[in-house]
Parts: sequence; C-alpha cells; structure tokens
Amino acid sequence: MNEPLDAKSREKQYQLREEPTVRLDGRELFTATSVERWKQITENIAWFVCLLATLVLIVPMMAILTYLLVQAWPALSFSFLVENPHNYMTAGGIWAPLVGTFWLVWISLLIAAPVGVLAGVYLNEYARDNWCTRIINLAVVNLAGVPSIIHALFGVGAFVMFAGMGRSLLAASCTLAVMTLPVIITSTREALAAVPMAFREACWNLGASRWQTIRTIVLPNSISGILTGVILQVSRAAGETAPILFTGAVFFSTLPEHGIRAFFPYGLGDRCMALSMHLFTLSTQVRGVTPALQYGTAVVLIGLVLAVNSLSIGLRVYLRSRKKW
Amino acid sequence: MLQLVLDRTEPAVEWLIRLCGWSAILLVFGIFFFVFREALPMLSGKLNLTEFFTSPQWRPTAEPEPHYGILALLVGTLSVTGLAMLMAVPLGLGAAVYISEFSSGRMREILKVLIELLAAIPSVVWGFIGYMVLGPIIIRLTGAPVGVNLLNGSIILALMSVPIIVSVGEDALKAVPDSYREAALSLGASRWEIVYRVLFPAAKNGLLAAVLLGVGRAIGETMAVLMATGHAIQIPHSLLDPIRTLTATIAAELGEAVQGEPHYRVLFVIGLVVFVLTFIVNLTADLVVKGIHNERAA
Repeated sequence: MNEPLDAKSREKQYQLREEPTVRLDGRELFTATSVERWKQITENIAWFVCLLATLVLIVPMMAILTYLLVQAWPALSFSFLVENPHNYMTAGGIWAPLVGTFWLVWISLLIAAPVGVLAGVYLNEYARDNWCTRIINLAVVNLAGVPSIIHALFGVGAFVMFAGMGRSLLAASCTLAVMTLPVIITSTREALAAVPMAFREACWNLGASRWQTIRTIVLPNSISGILTGVILQVSRAAGETAPILFTGAVFFSTLPEHGIRAFFPYGLGDRCMALSMHLFTLSTQVRGVTPALQYGTAVVLIGLVLAVNSLSIGLRVYLRSRKKW
Repeated sequence: MLQLVLDRTEPAVEWLIRLCGWSAILLVFGIFFFVFREALPMLSGKLNLTEFFTSPQWRPTAEPEPHYGILALLVGTLSVTGLAMLMAVPLGLGAAVYISEFSSGRMREILKVLIELLAAIPSVVWGFIGYMVLGPIIIRLTGAPVGVNLLNGSIILALMSVPIIVSVGEDALKAVPDSYREAALSLGASRWEIVYRVLFPAAKNGLLAAVLLGVGRAIGETMAVLMATGHAIQIPHSLLDPIRTLTATIAAELGEAVQGEPHYRVLFVIGLVVFVLTFIVNLTADLVVKGIHNERAA
C-alpha cells in the first residue's frame, strides 16, 4: 500500500502545512503537535515583526519625501534654479549655492580621487600582509568614522590657518576631499580585488612589471567599479554641511546669472555659497522666508544627491549583469 | 613613446603609490595633531579639567568669568545617542534579519537599494525634516511647548544611523555559512529558530560591530542634531526637553568665536573629546570585527 507520493500530492502536502493535520486518501500523513504549532506561530510572529521593522523605516521615508515634494511644488521651476537669491534671501532662486556646490564637489574630487585610487592600488596590489598594512587599514577605517565636525575643525586648523589658505573655496574643497578619501580608498580596493588573480599572472608571465600590469590590465578591468565608488562620493560631498561651514562657505553672495562668468565665477581663494549650507541658513537663520522656498531648496538638494546615487547604483547593477568572469 | 615614458617612470610611480597608501595614516595623525595644536594652549593650565567635565555651566562669553563646563552638553550627546539607539537597534536588526533571511530575489535588491537611499539623504536635510516636519507633529501629539527637543533629535538620529546598522548587520548575517542553516533545517528548525538559535550566536560579533558603528555615527552627527534638538543648554529631565550636544555647540559657536581666544580653543578641546569618543567606539567595532576573522581562521 505504500506507493510513493507523486509530485502533485507532495506539493499539496506542503501547501497544507498550516493545517494541524495533513490527510491523503483518508490516511493521516502528519499531525502537528503543540510544539510544531508553536513553531509555526513564532515563525509567523517573527516574520511579521521583521517586516514591520523594515516598513517602519521605508514607509515614513517615502511619506516624508512626498510631503517635501508637495510643499516645494509651488517654488519649483526653471527660474528657481537659475536665479540668485535676493531680498535678504527671502525671494529668488538658488543659482549661487548651486554653482558653489558644483565647484566644491569638483575640486574636492580632483584632489581626493587620484590619491584615493592610488592608495587603493597600493593596498590591493603592493602591500604585503604585515603590521604596516594593518595599521593603514585601521587608519582607513577610523578615518571613515571621524565625525564631520571634526573634519571641520581639522580644516580650520590645517588648511585655513596653518596652510594659510584662509576661508576659501580651496580650503573647503580640501576639507571635503579628506572626508571623502577613506570611502574612495575602500571602494577602489574592492573593485581591484574583484579582478581575478589569473589576469595578473598571465600578464606577469609575458614579462610585464607590476606597474605595467596595473596600468594595462588591472585598472582597465576595474575602472567601472572604481567609478561607482567615486560617483557615490560626489553625492556625499554635495550634501555635507559641517565641514564647509567654517572653511569656505559663505552665507550670501551673488553671482552673474548670464554669460560665461556665471559658470566660472570663483577663484580658488574666493568664498562661495553652497546648497547644503543655504538650506541650513534659510531654515534657521533668516526670518520671513516662504516655506516653499525652503522646501524647494531641500528638494533640489535631495534630488541632486539621490540622482547621483541612483546613477552609481544603476552603474553597479549594469556592471554586475555584464561581468565577463 | 608614451609607453616608454610610462615604463621608465615606474620607480617614481611606485613611490607615489606608496605615499598615497600611507596618506590615511598621515591624515589620521594630522587630524589629531591639528585639533590638538589649536586646543593645546587651553589644555596646558588655563582650563580647569575638573570643572570642564563636571560643571553643567557652559557660559563661554560671560564677563568677567566665563564658565566652560561641558557636563550638560555631554549628557545631551549621550542621552540623544542612547535614545536613538533604543529605536535604531531593534529596527535595524529587524530589518537586517528580514532582508537577509525572510526576503529573496528582487524584493531583497529593492529593499537594499531603498535602505541605501535612506543612507544617502544628507544630514542637513534630516535636520530640516526634524525642524519643519517632525517638530510640528510632536507639538500636536504631545502638547510640548517646543517641537525641537530630545525626542525629535533622537528620532532623526535613529533614522540616520539605521542604514549603517542594517547594511553591516545584513553582511554579518550573510557571512554565516549556509551549511549552518542547512544543518539547523535538517534538524527541523523553523526559520525563526534558525535566526534566533543559530545565526544570532554565529554572527554576534558582526551584529555588535553594526550597532557600534551606528553609535559612532550618532555621536558624531552634527547638522541634524543642531537643527532638531532645540539648542538649550540643560540636563534633560523628560523626553520633551530641548537639549544641546557637543557637536552642535562646536558648529554653532565656532563661527562667532574669535580666533585664538579661549572660547575658540575650548571648542577645539570639545572637538578632541568628540574625536576620542568616536575613535574609541570605532576602534572597538573594528576589533570586534577582527575578532570574527581570527575565529574563522582558527
């Protein structure tokens, strides 16, 4: 009588798991004892609680972002982007902060990206596993954990005062660069580590030196992974406020809105406005600002950061899908 | 030709690479050195350290006798961080378990991306949300006189430190070998039993590191707490009291302090305190993670 169960009834059996008793052709196959029922209940509770935790994080975020967008809607327009703030910042747009943020991010990237990428190359390609490397790793981890306000103090002490840059675009960019460096190092290193060892060995076998191998094989094969990390840092640098607060950002300045000077308004020694600081100023320091203006600034900042982030995530997904090895 | 130049300069390039590799060490020492250098004239004698740590009086501009006591600020930082962690740790670990054990495939990817986007929102925007959105809600729900207070700040901080707890925690759970899960399954364990009896003990170091990194982030956070905690120097007695933190004090007063004056230097001393606090937390997290690797190797 013990015929093997065919696939269909097997499936049926699994589907019936929540019933205390599973029957097949009148035979009792399985009866849940209190232990098993208890297991089922705890499993369901655990699943539900964990789902709830996830939803508590995600749903309010979505709600808040939607709310910000709704509140900002009256202010959002093209002229909001390309007009300077005027009337003591209670009217106008965000042109000057936008350009300021753009230059801050680019200059900090110009400083941090080469150093960070080369440091990643050193850690993954040159460094042996000894105490020195371990200290470097520890330093990178701790540098990533240094709070942004400490970076601000460092920027004031090192760049503004000691290096004599004064409060300037250059000092602020340097401070941002120091802040973004550890993450560029870590992501570069991961991208390099993903290149199979066999690629390098094949290249060495042809007589190439270490640097030749890195230049012609390792870097080209990992450039997109490196870029992902660097792009991610753009968004982080664009959103930071504390490090630039005392190193180069200024409450208010106007820029030309037209012509070539509108895009290259600064020297390295000038101070500039920045979007993140502008949001801080608008919401806490200036009276009589219409809420739409504040929400508009916040939405543009979030939009900028999320767009850059999505670009980075998209690039990563695309790369994973077409990985050759 | 270019090839030749590139190849000839190999020793120089290697030195450059080595130098960049050491830059992280240089910068960590640099940060400590420059913050310390500005703080030093105050530390060597002028500042009464007992008063500094035990007095709740922070009146840096009072005449003729300024008071530099950071007790209230320290309690502010610790209370807002502690309260934020009370919310962030269960939420973060719950979400990490859900993403790593209860969801799969496309759903998991979507959730991870959403958590990543949560992490990407700049701190000044979180501060803005606390100030403009959460504040009025708190006033309406509790009848508190001001909406920017301890509760507001810790909710915002919790939301900010959750993504790091989720992502590090999820990595820790994922690092547990599947054979552990399979062994538990074959003994008849339910998924919750696997999580509770197998994964938590196996990944406890990684989960602890996740929590510590969250704490580190919360202690050092500046702009959000500056805008969302109400900026009143006092030791809080209830959830709805406005407070001020160490970081917010630096951010608010460094702009006004005259360079080289005692007030300015005391702010750097506070910076040192924050730096040391976060350094200890991060170092502990790192050592905990290292502990896992060593266990695995053994």
